[in-house]
Parts: sequence; structure tokens; C-alpha cells
Amino acid sequence: MTQRLAHTPGTAPARGPRKLIFETGSPESRCVEAPPLDVPMMSIDAALGGRARTDAPVLPHVTELEIMRHFTHLASMNFGVDSGMYPLGSCTMKYNPRINEDACRLPGFSGLHPYQPEDTVQGALELMVGLSDALAEISGLPGVCLQPAAGAHGELSALMVFRAALTARGEARKKVIIPDTAHGTNPASVAMCGWEVVTIPSNERGEVDVEALKAVLDTDVAAFMLTNPNTVGLFDENILEITEAVHAVGALAYCDGANLNAILGKTRPGDMGFDGMHINLHKTFSTPHGGGGPGSGPICVTEELASYLPGPIAVEFADGGYGLGWPEASIGRVRAGYGNFGVLVRAYAYIRALGAEGLTEVAEQAVLSANYLKTKLETTFEVPYGRTCMHEFVMSGARQKRDYGVRTLDMAKRLLDYGFHPPTIYFPMLVEEGMMIEPTETEPLEALDAFVEVMLRIAEEAANEPDLVKSAPYTTPVRRLDEAGAARKPDLRYRPLGV
Amino acid sequence: MRYVPITCEQRETMLDAVGIESIDELFAVIPPSVRLEDGLDLPDGLTEIELDGHLRALAGTNEPATSLVSFLGAGCYDHYIPSVVDHVISKPEFFTAYTPYQPEVSQGTLQAIYEYQSMICALTGMDVSNASMYDGASAFVEAALMAARATKRDKVLCSPTVHPEWQNTLVTYAEAGTLEVADFPTTDGGLTNLHDVEALLSEGDVGALLVQSPNFFGGLEDLSRLATLAHDAGALLVVATNPVLLGVMEPPSVNGADIVVGEGQALGNPMSYGGPGLGFFACLDKYVRQMPGRVVGRTTDVDGSMAFVLTLATREQHIRREKATSNICSNHALNALAATVYLSAVGAEGLAGIASACVSKAHYLRDALLASGKFTSPWEVAFGHEFTLAYEGDVLGMHETLLERGFLAGVSVADIEAEWPTGIDGELAEQLIVFAVTEKRTKLEMDAFVAEVASL
Repeated sequence: MTQRLAHTPGTAPARGPRKLIFETGSPESRCVEAPPLDVPMMSIDAALGGRARTDAPVLPHVTELEIMRHFTHLASMNFGVDSGMYPLGSCTMKYNPRINEDACRLPGFSGLHPYQPEDTVQGALELMVGLSDALAEISGLPGVCLQPAAGAHGELSALMVFRAALTARGEARKKVIIPDTAHGTNPASVAMCGWEVVTIPSNERGEVDVEALKAVLDTDVAAFMLTNPNTVGLFDENILEITEAVHAVGALAYCDGANLNAILGKTRPGDMGFDGMHINLHKTFSTPHGGGGPGSGPICVTEELASYLPGPIAVEFADGGYGLGWPEASIGRVRAGYGNFGVLVRAYAYIRALGAEGLTEVAEQAVLSANYLKTKLETTFEVPYGRTCMHEFVMSGARQKRDYGVRTLDMAKRLLDYGFHPPTIYFPMLVEEGMMIEPTETEPLEALDAFVEVMLRIAEEAANEPDLVKSAPYTTPVRRLDEAGAARKPDLRYRPLGV
Repeated sequence: MRYVPITCEQRETMLDAVGIESIDELFAVIPPSVRLEDGLDLPDGLTEIELDGHLRALAGTNEPATSLVSFLGAGCYDHYIPSVVDHVISKPEFFTAYTPYQPEVSQGTLQAIYEYQSMICALTGMDVSNASMYDGASAFVEAALMAARATKRDKVLCSPTVHPEWQNTLVTYAEAGTLEVADFPTTDGGLTNLHDVEALLSEGDVGALLVQSPNFFGGLEDLSRLATLAHDAGALLVVATNPVLLGVMEPPSVNGADIVVGEGQALGNPMSYGGPGLGFFACLDKYVRQMPGRVVGRTTDVDGSMAFVLTLATREQHIRREKATSNICSNHALNALAATVYLSAVGAEGLAGIASACVSKAHYLRDALLASGKFTSPWEVAFGHEFTLAYEGDVLGMHETLLERGFLAGVSVADIEAEWPTGIDGELAEQLIVFAVTEKRTKLEMDAFVAEVASL
């Protein structure tokens, strides 16, 4: 048997009996207690008008050491960018610079309350204006709102802006066109905006089928949404024809900015004819993903649409001061506050660190690294769209499935044994047994080469020892899970005995 | 600074391997007319030492609430954050990980979310919690959308005592989508007018009654009565609440809430100028398949070991696309982790102690401010750690003077009402200040504050 027990950095098998934090410590254990009261103690029940709680909530009883041990143990069962290469397509898992983490924790940023007078938060507002200006330059779209909390939130907010602009034109359009390769959030956001989704197929080159698009474009179409570079990692060559056709029927063109990393400093969605886009600061601009968030999804729109942006937004006054202002015909708020400010600080720091040249280098290296991996892997794995890719590419495990019965899921799990996070798998769905690989610019060449070596080795294992791959992983803290059982009999919270 | 580790020599090696001579060939596919030939018009990059200086200078321009004596609240609170919280969430295995789609190497994140869900259920008394949402406002709107789905009624009724920014967010979503916001009831002595609610529900076409308790003004609503009114009219009751106060206050489940949401920033997250906070979202078991967002379940692996996994994904956008219960994908997992560590650190006793300290101090401050003769009480209602008084004088001048002396003297209703009317009589609203008192405020600070107020 080959290499059954490889090394998986950053993850470790559970040590000893694995417990919930509720099962740790003892009823007497305490960590942080309330300070002694320096005012008269109220009767809480009286103060709350007879609404005092009768049963204490079931929360842990633990000491600080027990907290640190518990969460250190949990952390040891996790895999992050710092653990190893994380080529998760469409997610841009690049390195998260540490000065950004320090910056957002400066008391002058982290200690600000959203309702402080504007003259006490000039530095924060200046930072937000600076970030907005940079995003306008990068996107080629001058109207910027930093409020949305994530990509999907930005997408929805921008569609709301589109809707308001169309309504102001006196148009009640009903449909939004989306390619079959779109992220799931695209159609979900369209539905939340009260519009109908029309899906169009991609052509054999993995791009928008322009004729299919033109066939469904009419004056009932509010918008066309496209990720460019798209979700198979290709820059759509017909982009100008596409946006022109969309505009010809009076519709608006939306760019899902998930793949902006590929084109930083090379071209701009605004110049391609897009009317609006969102930017995932947690992808392109290096802010950490946090195990699922918080992200930040600022939106950028044309000058024509800027007056409809959500408010309030940070603005610079003629006298050099900063404040919060409302766009003239704003759709209103899409959340409380002004944005995920702590994330905005990190993204601003990143953009200032890199500058214009550094950002262009990001795109160049991200694209070169993806093409390097594609070149090294395309003889062993099928690559349905073989031309030059952008920052990611999609290859297929169809050959391994056909010849050896080993699926992409199996190979992804086997990658875990070799210390790599798997690529995004089975997305987009039009590629059979798809693996979407995005190395990002921050992976060293040694890591890229090691990934290639491991992928080739797994392909060999698939041919020679298919069962080894089909039962992987072996070295991870847990092995394959009973996911069907989890959904059939949901256990979604801790229930103490007798409750 | 650059974070690209590839050397010039390595770059050449890679170009050779790809079979091209220059980087430009990789971008040849971009139409020439939209190529950015001269690069971006942005400042040059900075070294880390320059960047550090620049960021510190920007931060230094601000005067954070944490360095003043602050009575600002209204959804964002200056509670003490135990040291252990940041030490845990700064572990790179947590904060540099993505969404736990590969459960075999994400057990840390997944178990922490399961523990978070358990704690939110414990606080709110509800059956199930999701893995988090963006903030209180977005959780509130998602609750309205979910209730509309569950009842198949698009109309929702929102109390005017809900945080104005949340009302504003609700209306933004409603205007863009299929949700309809009914006429607002009026307020009655700082609380929702129950007679109005009853009348507005009488058509039987409302899917959800949306309230907040403690409400924006700090008052505790009559949730049991509101629940009865909602349920009698076939609507669900959505309650937005404060998670710290739940340490001592009866959970909304007791009163008949169907969905409980709120802003969870107060649980171990810095104020950070209002974001990122944490939207918590919990509901009754029977509505779980209508719930938005991710949820983690406990299961076993092939060896029979305890394991955790994202579950009930058939509600979500990556599977259901336009038929999903929400478009949410990224949530606020790291903030939820902070809340989990916070609640572990304080426990039920610590949270009760902190909440009751906040309540006692808030009542102390209110009495003292009334005794100063500078404030009057617009109404008498039960409250927790936040209350509203009317200032008898120039509100703007009061804020400015007290700020000079180191105090942030509460949130002016008029400032926020500019965005969305709270249904309070205009002249009165101009004078209203919402004060929040956390356990960090000392008697000494409050006495000094009241002395300054008295001297105005």
C-alpha cells in the first residue's frame, strides 16, 4: 500500500475523547465574572416589570485554561491558508497579511461607535473615502457604496439599485438573464429582488453563447449578470459585444466581481461596459474568510446609477473634512451602520501596501500560476476548455471515473491525506466531475510543484489502487461523514440530559 | 510590500513551462480597446513601516468611544471583551479558513458553530439557530421574509419602536422585492400601540408582526399580548432582542415568539464603527426548513466518531438557486466564534451578573439625570440597560459641551429619525436622548457626568 498515512499539516486527529464545551469543566468553574456593583443593586424582576428570567440559560462552566485548551483543540482540527495550499476555485484563498489584522484592532478603529459625532471619526471616514476612491479606480465604476456585508449582499444591493434606476425611467422590467455557469447567489439574489431568472447555456468554448443571449434579450429584461473572468476561469472574449447587446434593449449589465483578482490593473469592468458590480474584499483584497465570514461586498456603479446607491456613504467635503451623506435618490439602507468597517480597514491597508504596481503583479502572478498548474496537469486530467485560463481553471475527473470508477469527490478527499485543501468540486455543474483550481498569487513555486506531484500521484493511485482513493481520507481528524443521516435526523444543538 | 513569493527566475521557469515568452500573452484575450495600458492610477505601494505609520495616524485622528465615557448604544454596545476572546479568534486555523465545505478538515469551525447555535438557543429559548447572519438589521429582514414564506402572506406589520435603521432596511428590501410593509402602527408611551396593532391585523392578511424588545427607546414591550394578537390573526411573531439582557430577562420563547433575531455584537465583538457585528437568528423547530443561512448538525463519520457537518443545505442558494430561502452565502462566522468564546468565558452566572450590573447602573443613571432637573421622562415604562429621556434645552449644544468634557451623552433620536420616522411627535422627538449603560461604566463616571449635566 502506498502512502496511506501521509502528513496533513494543520490538522490533527482528535486527542482523547472529543467533548463539547458544555461537557467540559465543572459547575463551579468560572472564567470572567461581573465586576462588583458600585451602585445600589436593583431587583431585576421589578426593574424589568416582572420579566426576569426564571431558568438560567444552559451555558458552559469553564476556566480560562479550559477555554484555551478546548478551542486550541478545535483549531487543530481545522485547515486554513496558514496550514497549507488552499486552491479553492472562485474563493481566492490568498495569504492574509498580519499588519491588516493589527490595523483593524487599533483602538482608534475598533473602539469607534457608529453614532459618534463625525468630527470624532475623521480618520475612519477618510479611510472609507480612500478605499472607495481606490475601488472606483480599480473597477472603472465611479459610484461606490461600502455598506454590503458580503458578495451576495452586494449583488442584491446592486440589483436593487438597478431596479430603482429602471423604475425611475418608468420601466417595470421582469427578467434577469444568467448564464448556466453562474454562482448560486446570482439567481437567489434575483429572486429576492422580485425578478424572474432566465438561464442561458454556455457555448462549447465555455463562454456566453452570444446568440442564445440575444435570443432572450428583449425590453422585459432588466439585467444580465456575468462573472468575468467566468466560473470556468476564462475571460469572455465577446464581452464588448455582450454588454452592447444588453444595452441595446435598455437593460443593464452586472458583473459578479468574485474573479476580480485575475484582472487587477489589466482591465476594468466599467470599461467593458458593465453598469455595476460587487467586489469581494475577502477574496481579491486579502481579508480573511474567518471560517465563513465576515466578508465585505462593496458595490461600484456608473455615474448614472450612483444617485441610487444605498446610504449613508462616506464623503469628502470641499473644505477637506469628511462626513456621511445620502445619495440623492438612494434606495435606502441595506443594513445598520456603514459597512463591515473592520474588514474595510484590512482591505484599505492591503491596497496601500501594494499600490498600483503591486496590484497588477497580483493579477499577473495569479494568472501565471493557474496556467502553470493547468499545463502540468492537463495531460493526466481532462481539461474541457484548454485555452489560456485566467486566475483559475476547471479540469475534470471524468477520465478517472470512467476508467477506474474513482470520482472527483474521492480524489478531493485523498488530497486531504497529502496536506492540501481540495479545489472547488462539482462547480460549475456543466463540467462533469469538475475541479476548479485557483492557486492565487501567494503560493510559492514549491507548493505549486508539490500540488502537481500529489495530483499526479493520486491519478496513479486511482489507476492502481482505486479502493485506496475511494475510502480516503485516512489521516484527518474525522473520516467521511454520514451527511445523509445529519439531514434526516437533524441534531442542531446541545441538549443536556433531562432537558 | 509584496506578498508574491515568486522570484524573477522562477517566473521565467513558469513562463517556459507554460510555453510563452511574456506575461502579456496571458492577457492577450482582453480586447485591446479595454486593456489598461498604463496601469491603475493609485498611489505607489508602501513598506510595512510606512503603512503602519499611515494607519496609526489615521486611527489617531479618531477619538474612539472606548477612550471617552460613552453612553451610546442603540444596537452597538461598549461591553467588556474578555482577553481570551481575541486570543481564540486570532488562531489562524480559525480565521484563515474558508466556509467548512470539507468537513474532514473543518471540524474546528463546525463544532464551534454547533456550540454557537446551542448557546443562541439557550439564550433565546428557541429550538434552532442558524450559523449567523450579517447583522441585526439583515437578520430582522430575513425573519420578515421567512415569516412571509411560512404563512404564504407577503404583508408584514412592523412596530415603529424597532430600530429606525432596521425599519429602513426592511423597507429597502420590501421596495425591491415581493414583501409588502403594512402601514405602521403608532407608539403609545414609548411602546407599540396595541390597539393599532390589533386593528391593522384585523384584515387577516398579515404574515408577520415584527417587534423589538427592549425596543429602540429601551422599553420592554408586552410580548405576550403581541404574540396573542399576532397568532389570533394567523401571523408569526418576530422578536428582535438584546442578547446580553437575555442573561436576566425571560427569553422571547416564553412569550410565544416564533422567530427571534438580534444584533450579537455585544457578545464579545468590538464596536468597530458598527461592523462587522453579528446577526443572530433562531426559530421554532417547525419552521427549520424555511430558515435562511447555514446550519451545522452533529453526526458521525464512517468510524462512528462524533463529527459535525453543514446540513439541511437544500434550503440554500448553491443547491436551490432562485428557489433558495435566501441568497446569503458568507455569514459572520468569526464573529459568531467570538460570541461563543464570550459566552463560554462568562457563563450563565457571569452573563447574569453583567446584565444585572447594566440594569442597576442604567436605573441609577436615569434617576440621577432626572434629579438634575435637566431631563424629563417622556413616559414611564419598564426597561433594561437602555432608556430614553427628554432634554430640556439645546440638544446639540449639550452634546458638544459634554463631548469637550469627555462624555458621549447618548444617541439623539432626531439624528437617527432623519432616516426613518419613529412615530414620535416631532417636537418631542427633537429632545429625546437614548442612553445605554454597560457594566464598564462606573458610579464615579456617572456621577461626574450628571454633575456636568447639572452645570449646563
